[in-house]
Amino acid sequence: MPVKLPIYMDNNATTPIDPRILEAMMPYLTGEFGNAASKHHVFGWRAEEAVENARQQVAELIHASPKEIVFTSGATESDNLAIKGVAEAYRERGNHIITCLTEHKAVLDTCKYLEKNGCEVAYLTPDSTGQVGPQQIEQAITDKTILITLMAANNETGTLHQIAEIGRLAKQRDIIFHSDATQAVGKIPIDVEAMGLDLMSLSAHKLYGPKGVGALYVRGRGPRVRIAIQMHGGGHERGMRSGTLNVPGIVGLGEACRLAQQEMDHESPRLSAMRDALQSAIMSRLDHVQINGHPIQRLPNTLNVSFEYVEGEALMMKIKDVAVSSGSACTSASLTPSHVLHAMGVPDELAHGSIRFSLGRFNTPQEADYAAEHIVQAVGELRELSPLYEMAKEGVDMKSIKWRGPVH
Amino acid sequence: MKYGDKVIDHFANPRNVGALDKSASDVGTGIVGAPECGDVLKLQIQVDTEGRIVDAKFKTFGCGSAIAASSLATEWVKGRTVDQAGEIKNTAIAQELSLPPIKVHCSVLAEDAIKAAIADWKSKNGKE
Repeated sequence: MPVKLPIYMDNNATTPIDPRILEAMMPYLTGEFGNAASKHHVFGWRAEEAVENARQQVAELIHASPKEIVFTSGATESDNLAIKGVAEAYRERGNHIITCLTEHKAVLDTCKYLEKNGCEVAYLTPDSTGQVGPQQIEQAITDKTILITLMAANNETGTLHQIAEIGRLAKQRDIIFHSDATQAVGKIPIDVEAMGLDLMSLSAHKLYGPKGVGALYVRGRGPRVRIAIQMHGGGHERGMRSGTLNVPGIVGLGEACRLAQQEMDHESPRLSAMRDALQSAIMSRLDHVQINGHPIQRLPNTLNVSFEYVEGEALMMKIKDVAVSSGSACTSASLTPSHVLHAMGVPDELAHGSIRFSLGRFNTPQEADYAAEHIVQAVGELRELSPLYEMAKEGVDMKSIKWRGPVH
Repeated sequence: MKYGDKVIDHFANPRNVGALDKSASDVGTGIVGAPECGDVLKLQIQVDTEGRIVDAKFKTFGCGSAIAASSLATEWVKGRTVDQAGEIKNTAIAQELSLPPIKVHCSVLAEDAIKAAIADWKSKNGKE
């Protein structure tokens, strides 16, 4: 059967809505329009019931209590609420935060903001696989450390952090532990108890749910974690996040979590089989190729590859029927290549030639074959066009050349 | 990035891809950019005894617009004298390709590559 074009392989950016999730949401986009905060009529009661059902579904996926789930507009808001919320609420205890250079901008820029407001932040450099180890964190702890914030899985490389080990360390040292688990939730098992998490961010649109809705897990006991309010108003979500609840979005998030939990056991190996097939097809047919990220401790769906001597944006133009991402500067507004690959010590010229394939629920093995075929062909064509590949073949040492640049 | 038709055309069907003998005295080679910046343009010209560019070739490591700008540059220099080719401005290249503002540096590199190739030919031939 021929594959249907274009193929979507950018599921770490966002996922298509699962029709089952849309179906669950539809009543709340139409007849069931009530405000979940309306306590005195049936419209409100039905909306509230739907929200509480979703809260239960989210809690079950991450082994939390429903009372510990705060609905937000997405992971960026959850990260802001967690990090600023802790910095403010625990100001008397300390002002030091530990994080990592490969975090999402929602974490990094929030930390930068807090630095301007009296906090001190340690941005740890990961190893070449993208991991920051418990020992490294232990060394960074000071008597002023109030928060460790470390992503569960990296969006660009799929590298997983040793969250449970770090969680134990945080607990021993009485430091609050937050994780942006946007990419991990639904793809790998998450257990906030076993992982020692105090706060955790997640988002619906990486889970085949709608955009504009997410949640923050806030530990309720053992001990309860306090966060300072960032959104003031009607006191929704136990006072932690005011604003009329996005009922259809929340229902979608709940259903997304239920489906992820139900299907993870067979979906995870299916994704990693496709990803591994794609990876070996590329590696066996091309030289000068490097996998970015941890070879084993990695999300099952993510493959980040650098193709030497070619540039990522040009590669994406060549394989225009396969939607992927690149760490190339030419794909960002900032004209700097991926901060994640840079932090891992990947040379900038390799970051420019990086492509991220992120597979999802609706990809097929035939699509993975098609993507492999086309990327191999595209790399070959662009290398024929590349003066660097020509020089490499001639045995020119690229580092010995005095380049006329940079122009940026 | 969403590009105009001309970038797409030059990218899909690049003109004058290849290499000239860089040791030949009638060939000038210009290499500009840097790998860590994500673009390296190599542009070569072959110049006859009258000072006219009779052939041009390029190879480019870079994004779609860098490849398109190089391809267009080789088209434009062919048939011109080296002095005329030296007057090609990046703004004309950017305009011809309708480059988005963030990609204007690709046209700057193309202009630099033309100038570097001419300078190489001149120095080989004792013109300057």
